[in-house]
Amino acid sequence: MSDQLPPADPPADPGTTESTKDASAHGAVATTESPQTGQAGPGKSRLKLTGDTIIEAITYGSPAVITILAIFMALVVSALLIVFSDPAILHAWAAFFNAPGQALSMTWHSISTAYSALFEGAIFSPSTIANAFHGGPIAAIFYPISLTAFEATPLILTGLSVAIAFRAGLFNIGANGQFVGGAMVAAWLGFAVHLPAGIHILVCVIGGFVGGAIVGWIVGVLKARTGAHEVIVTIMLNYVMYNLLSYLLGTPHGLQQPHQSNLVAPAIDNNATFPHVGGPPPQANIGFLIALAAAAGVAWLLSRSTIGFQFRTVGANPRAARSAGMSVERSWALVMLVAGGLAGLAASAVIQGGGPPPPLTFNTYGTYGFDGITVALLGRARPWGVVLAGLLFGALQAGGTAMQAATYPQVPVDIVEVIQGLIVLFVAAPPLIRAIFRLRAARGTGLEAVAKGWNG
Amino acid sequence: MKLELRGITKRFGGLVANDHIDLVVQPGEILALLGENGAGKTTLMNVLYGLIQPDEGEILIDDKPVHIRSPKDAISAGIGMVHQHFMLVPVFTVAENVTLGVERVRGFGLLDRRRARKDVLALSEQYGLQVDPDAYVEDIPVGVQQRVEIIKVLLRNANVLVLDEPTAVLTPNETEDLFRIMRELREGGRSIIFISHKLKEVQAIADNITVIRRGSVVGQRPPSTSDSELAALMVGRSVQLRVSKDEARPAAVRLRVEGLTVPGVLGGTVVDDLSFDVRGGEILGIAGVQGNGQTDLCEALMGLRPSIGTVLLDGEDISHLSTKDRLRAGVGYIPEDRTEDGLVSDFSVAENLVLDVYDRPPFASGIALDLNAIRKSADTLVADYDVRTTSVQTRAGTLSGGNQQKVIVAREMSRENKVLLASQPTRGLDVGSIEFVHKQIVAERDGGAAVIIVSSELDEIYALSDRIAVMYEGKIVGFCPPDTPETELGLMMTGAGAAEAHAQASGVASGTVQDRLPSPSQSGEESQQQEPEQ
Repeated sequence: MSDQLPPADPPADPGTTESTKDASAHGAVATTESPQTGQAGPGKSRLKLTGDTIIEAITYGSPAVITILAIFMALVVSALLIVFSDPAILHAWAAFFNAPGQALSMTWHSISTAYSALFEGAIFSPSTIANAFHGGPIAAIFYPISLTAFEATPLILTGLSVAIAFRAGLFNIGANGQFVGGAMVAAWLGFAVHLPAGIHILVCVIGGFVGGAIVGWIVGVLKARTGAHEVIVTIMLNYVMYNLLSYLLGTPHGLQQPHQSNLVAPAIDNNATFPHVGGPPPQANIGFLIALAAAAGVAWLLSRSTIGFQFRTVGANPRAARSAGMSVERSWALVMLVAGGLAGLAASAVIQGGGPPPPLTFNTYGTYGFDGITVALLGRARPWGVVLAGLLFGALQAGGTAMQAATYPQVPVDIVEVIQGLIVLFVAAPPLIRAIFRLRAARGTGLEAVAKGWNG
Repeated sequence: MKLELRGITKRFGGLVANDHIDLVVQPGEILALLGENGAGKTTLMNVLYGLIQPDEGEILIDDKPVHIRSPKDAISAGIGMVHQHFMLVPVFTVAENVTLGVERVRGFGLLDRRRARKDVLALSEQYGLQVDPDAYVEDIPVGVQQRVEIIKVLLRNANVLVLDEPTAVLTPNETEDLFRIMRELREGGRSIIFISHKLKEVQAIADNITVIRRGSVVGQRPPSTSDSELAALMVGRSVQLRVSKDEARPAAVRLRVEGLTVPGVLGGTVVDDLSFDVRGGEILGIAGVQGNGQTDLCEALMGLRPSIGTVLLDGEDISHLSTKDRLRAGVGYIPEDRTEDGLVSDFSVAENLVLDVYDRPPFASGIALDLNAIRKSADTLVADYDVRTTSVQTRAGTLSGGNQQKVIVAREMSRENKVLLASQPTRGLDVGSIEFVHKQIVAERDGGAAVIIVSSELDEIYALSDRIAVMYEGKIVGFCPPDTPETELGLMMTGAGAAEAHAQASGVASGTVQDRLPSPSQSGEESQQQEPEQ
């Protein structure tokens, strides 16, 4: 029993028997003038509380701090990889005692070139500003950041798909399959139906959502009715969807372009493509706005709606949910429907965006669904966290190509994937980050683990 | 061996879990450490066992200071710990389990199994433990598993045994067995530190009682001290051990159960053709050794389990309604396992307070939650039901057990209930919280609800019930008035009918209930079946 250990939350609970008398000794409890009713104190001490909270978050390693440090560590380790993969630099290090300056400067040059190219390709490049002063295009300044937003769009949406399922206690490995479901419907509506501009876009987006939602819903229903594990069902459905796509792309009356022997669908109507915000393609289009709206919608759903309350209860404690009269099965089916729909929206962003968008092929689905798992993990399954994580990964994608082009010998674009993988690795192992940066363990948790292990 | 703790202080941040605690355990003494949950008992024992290093203070054995930095040090100093949750390998035999970590080896690195068996048998013989060294741990009842843990520490030559809430997992009968073993150990010259928050047990077994409150020792008392004095010491104010209630004024029948039968998950029938009525303004206590179908009965009444038979609420058939509709129809439900079924520990107190009404006005309009209404109602309930929490946004999991239970009680009783079903409403709670919950349950009765209490604690049944039903193997063996002697009730819990029990109990003058309770193996099996649900 860990009950005499301090509560995990920084503001100690003055109600539990043991803490009342030392409440004054503890800064974070300064607000609790009236422990009985739990009213917060006056504004002055609340300010103090905020300050203390920030300091505590840093010294004890709050999730946000851990994430930032994880990103930093990933960049450091990747920098080592960049250095070690360059034979010239290794050569210089071999001759370190003859010319130490050269080894260091070559190392610095290699890393700084790669990372500044990454930054310039993803956020902004100072040279474009200089150019703008000399009559160059102003839009070029925003090109990198717009490319980042473009790359982030499908990642945010599949990330939201995985995140919302996760909040209801389900591990959605099938965002890729749901993506394919959405892609098929959105693409077919894009080329087979002809509608006026605004309406056509809307119809395709809704079609994408519905296509993904159906695939997701199948998973939820199978789990609810038969108890089949969602991880297995989603993985298997991924294969079903790939093969269905490949079949339809090879069927003349399915999705195949007429008079074509390749597995490729017709290009979608111009009316169905997302309008750009301006400037040269590919770049941000209304797909990004849809992704942000979806994040806001998911955030609202989870924290402000009865459905989201039900999802979260089922995710946190299905038995308590059932005792409180909620239908766990219905929640599973519903959350998978929404998750599938979000993955379908990601497909619509790919099919309708990137103007002119490439026609649907066997390769369209890529790894968006699997990247969504990583994004959701990095975003800690919180909607706005997912947006930030999606933007980060989008930026790495956008900057990676620029980095490869700017460096000689080339730093391969694959290093971006190494960075992504390392970030997730470090995020998934908070104790590692704590050990590296000598952060104290979040109060209570370490001891609680001991007490739990020994005492229940 | 004499053990002394001197001025032990342990702080967690600004929190003092142990404040200059002094404790002396004489050789051959059973010292009870009595205190509410969260008083600092477990922290102190973790210090003694080397799991936690104290900030101040020292540990002396036979008046010589020792340094205990790990459980290994503690063991070599002769201190043995029996944890509340056992550390046994289920697929190993008893002999294999007790030698784990101290295996004796013959030539060629072979395990000396024969020696291990002999050791277990010898200890079992010496202290009357009745443990079969060849039995697999997964096959033996919880009470026997606990004895295996005791053998484990004895085999490591422990002179001081620390038993951390050992009775929490035991049936009354197994508890009696444990006490017998503890006495034998004492005769053998070993000392025992017995941690508990149950007054009766402490009075029954201890030679000396040390009471801890808020991390400090607040008193030393002999076991002859009265219940109320010990309770007052423990809680820090005088406590009503038996809730005072007026005579029941039973009105019309509110809940009628007819021919309720619940099939077991693994086949068979766990509730067998039950029929009973509960009137408004009446508390029906369902007594029985745990695992005789009480849990299944509650789940069936709430629609959480498929069942056959009819349940009438104010004359309306609710037996085909979903759990949600039964809650809506006016059934309040306090589930047996508060952390598993009653609460979502990761949710805030406010969210937990609307767990089963979140989608109804005033908390929701359409699918939108009204967070303001939820917070306001939570503020009121927290104040009304005296839930001690920093704020209504605090995570429910960080509250003490008593306060968690108050959250559930507040949620279920803030509604208009026609029927209240409370299963083990005070399990694991300290004296103060028990008093509070009992008062609330009586208040619910006086408000006109039909109340059903399911409890395996006879004290609780006696304290609350206006009428007692005894369950045995899925059947109600009889109903009796609340003044039925404990002997009779005990007999009925073993399956005797009411009349039969009355006749037998009148025949047997002395109160040897324990002999009549189910045999250890039998009741043990039942409590084992409970295990996966816990």
